[in-house]
Amino acid sequence: MAALRSLLSVGKNAVPVLLRREFHGTAPATLQVTVRDSLNRALDEELERDEKVFLLGEEVAQFDGAYKVSRGLWKKYGDRRVIDTPISEMGFAGIAVGAAMAGLRPICEFMTFNFAMQAIDQIINSAAKTYYMSGGMVPVPIVFRGPNGAAAGVAAQHSQCFAAWYGHCPGLKVVSPWSSEDARGLLKAAVRDENPVIVLENELLYGVAFELSEEAQSKDFVVPLGKAKIERQGNRITLVSHSRMVGICLEAATVLAKEGIECEVINLRSIRPLDIAAIEQSVMKTNHLVTVEGGWPMFGVGAEISAQIMEGPVFNHLDSPVYRVTGADLPVPYAKNLEECSLPQMKDITFVVKKSLCNKL
Amino acid sequence: MLVISTALRSSATKSAARGLAVSRNYADFASEATFETKKCDCFLLETLPPTTAVLTREQGLSYYKTMQTIRRMELKADQLYKQKIIRGFCHLYDGQEACCVGIEAALKHEDHLITSYRDHAFTFTRGVPVKHVLAELTGRRSGCAKGKGGSMHMYTRNFYGGNGIVGAQIPLGAGVAWACKYNGTGGVCVAMHGDGAANQGQIFETYNMAALWKLPCIFICENNRYGMGTSVERAAASTDYYKRGEFIPGLRLDGMDVLCVREATKFAAEYCRAGKGPILLELQTYRFHGHSMSDPGVSYRTREEIQEVKRTSDPISLLKEKMVNSNLASVEELKDIDVAVRKEIEEAAQFATTDAEPPMEDIANHIYYKEPPFEVRGCHPWIKYKSVC
Repeated sequence: MAALRSLLSVGKNAVPVLLRREFHGTAPATLQVTVRDSLNRALDEELERDEKVFLLGEEVAQFDGAYKVSRGLWKKYGDRRVIDTPISEMGFAGIAVGAAMAGLRPICEFMTFNFAMQAIDQIINSAAKTYYMSGGMVPVPIVFRGPNGAAAGVAAQHSQCFAAWYGHCPGLKVVSPWSSEDARGLLKAAVRDENPVIVLENELLYGVAFELSEEAQSKDFVVPLGKAKIERQGNRITLVSHSRMVGICLEAATVLAKEGIECEVINLRSIRPLDIAAIEQSVMKTNHLVTVEGGWPMFGVGAEISAQIMEGPVFNHLDSPVYRVTGADLPVPYAKNLEECSLPQMKDITFVVKKSLCNKL
Repeated sequence: MLVISTALRSSATKSAARGLAVSRNYADFASEATFETKKCDCFLLETLPPTTAVLTREQGLSYYKTMQTIRRMELKADQLYKQKIIRGFCHLYDGQEACCVGIEAALKHEDHLITSYRDHAFTFTRGVPVKHVLAELTGRRSGCAKGKGGSMHMYTRNFYGGNGIVGAQIPLGAGVAWACKYNGTGGVCVAMHGDGAANQGQIFETYNMAALWKLPCIFICENNRYGMGTSVERAAASTDYYKRGEFIPGLRLDGMDVLCVREATKFAAEYCRAGKGPILLELQTYRFHGHSMSDPGVSYRTREEIQEVKRTSDPISLLKEKMVNSNLASVEELKDIDVAVRKEIEEAAQFATTDAEPPMEDIANHIYYKEPPFEVRGCHPWIKYKSVC
């Protein structure tokens, strides 16, 4: 039944999902789990682990979540722990922050982060800054989560990437998972963190299945915040990315490998704190760096990485400038052909990699 | 150290006038008196707060001392600001003392409160000693927020500031009330806002959710007639702020009468504790200063109006009159309190102006809670601060 529901709710590129494993005490093997299911499982485990944790947002309870991420949770935990809110982002985000100030551990879902713009004052001025302004008296252990960035054909107002906006602000932690292991581990770490954490999920990834190792399935599995992961080893060029673009980078790396170019693909996992050390380590090996993100180019994640690499110890290791592959500098259009050109495609990455490798300083 | 809120709430044994030279025998005074209070305007309510209030001598002295302390503290802040020892924003509360003192007198230990940037007085009534309030204003290390927050960002137990963004404290307060209900503590949260903030959209979003979920939240509008330089008539299509909750019961009352405020808040707290949901109070009050220290306060209102209110409705004078006329205290006794308060404020100001600034090592602390030490970038790549707590 669960498998059938999962199959019906997956998006494109999905791999059929096996039934959830039961705890029989026997050693579990690796599983193929969608990002959606791994988030769902993570929420379930954290709600179970700590009574102070609760989930609020639009449609999270009786609708099972706008994207079914919170499926089954209301049935299991009831009205007190899983709460449907009216369409009042600024209001319910503020309520969630107040509850966190008073010692609870809310998970505040935004149907997409586009709508969180309405609540951004509460996120930045009430959540992020309060621990500092109070001289350490009032911590705010809250998680804001929801889909971020472009989906497919939802046009400009529903396609913005907020990684740079939230990554800009001290007092926040910002994570951007790609795989099921990322989603599960980062969300669990976020809930357990004592600070406001933004979890930037991605709608197109919800239905994608990834392998979840035995270790990653355990109830206390967390992915540390602020640490990147090397998804693919390589020695010719470093690709740094986050969220869905990690997958596109890996596709590009496969194609480039056929031409003898071995790419090292780094999955940032966290936007803030940014694991610049992992990038520096890689650049010392490869001497070339290309950043890939879905967000707009100006003042973005790639811009920040470029600046830090230039200021840092590995500038002299570069044989080429750092190049950025980003969303196009325009509001995301609706028509399919236009939308495709407004977001990085695999061919854009391979093109820029070759530019980087041809360019000598 | 005298905890103001406890003294205000309970009938503590220690008189606020302890240690003074007594020129009259305490047996000469009445132990309590009953006063009439103005009837509240009500909205969606069938019962009302009582129109009489009992004031014990002890309570009266306590309220008087607290209000006088707030008055002198705010006037001292005015002075320090003009000397440029206090910087940035400074929003003073003198004239509105009956509101915060009356509210605090009605609250219990498990109750919470949040307010706006006009927060010095509440910081004091919620338990922070004057010297730590002033030291925060002067930006010193003994400030209640270690000098990191300043005038608009003061906090203590069960007090969530001090909020700089107009209206933002209302959803936050409802969230605190949510936590009270979630934890089953029986506590309520008082969420303060002004007539200016009353037009914020997030307040209506909060009213909807608070009523829907029956949150134990007392929304209080301190209507001091002016949102910065804009009078209520020029800002609001309806100035009946106590009706703004639409489906939330409301009371409008005299915010210059500390007893009226106390009785209404008690009524409101009982209402919330009974699980009936939120309630809205509008306190009609007045600020003697301008909106902030950069506002003389006379371009949008007349000096005559200010003088008139000071003459007829000063909350401290009103209480003094009540107490003297009903033999709860003597004029000399209250004068002695004035002298003691002035001395206390002078000492606090002395402390606040001589204490050291926060140490540079503290600049990057308090960014994250319970985080292993990490580095924080300064103004250029070669400046790195350490964050250790």
